[in-house]
Amino acid sequence: MLIETKGLSKFYKHKDGIVEAIKDINLGFNQGDFVTITGPSGSGKTTLLLLLAGLLRPTAGSIKFQKHELHSASDNVLAGIRSKHIGFVMQNFSLIPYLSVLNNVLIPLSLNQNGERTKSDYAIHLLETVGLKDRMNHLPKELSAGQQQRVAIARALVNKPNLILADEPTGNLDPALSIEILEVLKRINIENQITIAMVTHSPTASKYGNIRIHIDKGSIVN
Amino acid sequence: MKIYKLVLIEIWHRKSQLITALLAITLGIGVIVGIRSVAVVSEKAVAVNLDNLGANILVLPQGTSIDNYYSADIDAPTFPEDYVEKIRTSTLQGVDNISPKLTRRIKINNQSVVLTGILPSNEIISKPVWQTSGLSGQALKATCDTSAANKSHGYEDVRLQRKPIETLQQNECIVGSNIATTLKLRQGENVNILGSDFKVFNVLGETGTIDDDRIFAHLHAVQKLTGIENQVSVIEIMGCCNAISDGLLGKLRNILPDTKITTINQIVSTQIKTNQLMNKISIIFLIIILFVGGISIGNSIWANVNERKKELGTYRMIGFTKGRIYEMLLLKASILGIIGGILGYIIGTLSGVILGPQLAGLNIEPIPIFLLWSVLISLLISLLGSLIPAYLAGKIEPYKIMQEA
Ligand SMILES: Nc1ncnc2c1ncn2[C@@H]1O[C@H](COP(=O)(O)OP(=O)(O)OP(=O)(O)O)[C@@H](O)[C@H]1O
Ligand SMILES: [Mg+2]
Repeated sequence: MLIETKGLSKFYKHKDGIVEAIKDINLGFNQGDFVTITGPSGSGKTTLLLLLAGLLRPTAGSIKFQKHELHSASDNVLAGIRSKHIGFVMQNFSLIPYLSVLNNVLIPLSLNQNGERTKSDYAIHLLETVGLKDRMNHLPKELSAGQQQRVAIARALVNKPNLILADEPTGNLDPALSIEILEVLKRINIENQITIAMVTHSPTASKYGNIRIHIDKGSIVN
Repeated sequence: MKIYKLVLIEIWHRKSQLITALLAITLGIGVIVGIRSVAVVSEKAVAVNLDNLGANILVLPQGTSIDNYYSADIDAPTFPEDYVEKIRTSTLQGVDNISPKLTRRIKINNQSVVLTGILPSNEIISKPVWQTSGLSGQALKATCDTSAANKSHGYEDVRLQRKPIETLQQNECIVGSNIATTLKLRQGENVNILGSDFKVFNVLGETGTIDDDRIFAHLHAVQKLTGIENQVSVIEIMGCCNAISDGLLGKLRNILPDTKITTINQIVSTQIKTNQLMNKISIIFLIIILFVGGISIGNSIWANVNERKKELGTYRMIGFTKGRIYEMLLLKASILGIIGGILGYIIGTLSGVILGPQLAGLNIEPIPIFLLWSVLISLLISLLGSLIPAYLAGKIEPYKIMQEA
């Protein structure tokens, strides 16, 4: 089991009261799973992803990623796990605006001890697989939305992760581009056996999952 | 992708913000460097002039202007040479050397020359001169101890170790280096001064002072040539400080009532006060830029953090620790600080070099070590100012930024 949660809950404290975003969730994914997470707006999908990424601390319950207990790990250990084992693809692409496409892909490797040459060769290779090698010296704003998302995917892959967390990766893309991105994710999933957990609103996208989770009001409903 | 590269690209991307970030610190450092450059030159000028003087008390005619103590006696009114005897026979304590002089501006071959009559064996030639010209003689003996108080009045061992010129015949002269060059004079040659032939006894080394344009001859010969017999324009006295504090000046004034008696210190003190004021101003400025420069760089880092919230959240998401975020921001602050220091040094030095001669009449030269200080101070200020913004940036929770998307 790559990642496993037990009794996972997250309550946000707010001045108007407590928001129970995630309630007592038990789940587990294996290496190579393609998990889709659907649910209405505000049901807790993003919160769940953030918990799995170690970006949020659970109010209760446990998260185990490989041998690491994420719920009790220190901030620095969590950052280390993210930089070594997890890739991110977000709805807004979250690229660094002033860095070239190539440099954007390279940032996760800034802690990596490999030679600069090796790193950039690999980053260029990844850009080639997402069809953007000829754009590597462009700035993100010089690319279309679909191209920016493919840069984000290349960045998510550069640290050779076990898990890619994607939050509505096709939310800002038209149907044709969405299919394109989903196909890229599927290929990565199959070829590299990278586990993908993808939040989506679209029924088309959710069909890509071999495990499909539906969340409502913070709980899994199937 | 090294962190420093990331930071440099980010700085370059937002280069227009550099101006507001660096304005205060650059101007602040610039003003300090400017003031300090002037102060150093001005202090050096005082020191050189002091060093070139053979005496610490001047007896001048009543009403002489002493704006420039080093040339106060040139073309000044005169008083009788007998005054030397009066001092000598008065048995005053603490008078080590008395040297009367008569100085007049004359022309030789249409060349303006300062002719100074001196009494050999009484005349202490200033240090740089006797060191380079090999003038021989017995070292003077100090009658007072060389305590700190004595030294502070210009009564130092070095000065006492100066050798007086022992012999200078009535028909001999000593020539300053500029004069020697322009009149093409060498040792042993003859020069015609006001109708009489003089043999060049020695050519002095360059001193960078008015001495370079002087010809020294025997006092009595100069008196005869200029028709000012038995008169002198100044008596330089080497007196020790203990004696000066014990009222030596007052006692001298009693003996020579119609003269102006002053210490070099009194004359120089005005200039020293100006220098001290400049130092005070630069300290005040240092404190001001410490606040203004630090706050302004800190403020711009904070604005930068707010502008980059999303981006910093992304860095955290993909695995940057808080420590790396601090590192990025403090590295940026350091680079800004270094740029500010260098620019400040350049601006301060340039304005000193350009404005110095016009405003202060001083030739300012760039002082390279100030570059190091400028960069260090600017770096320190900029780091201090950025500590709080960097700390607050580390507190930003990445998930909050990601949920906003
Ligand atoms: N920082 C926060 N403080 C308080 N409440 C929050 C916070 N973040 C999220 N919530 C609440 O938690 C619940 C779950 O939010 P979450 O963002 O996980 O929903 P979601 O399923 O991703 O919704 P969407 O499909 O609209 O993105 C919502 O009710 C939301 O208002
Ligand atoms: Mg969401």
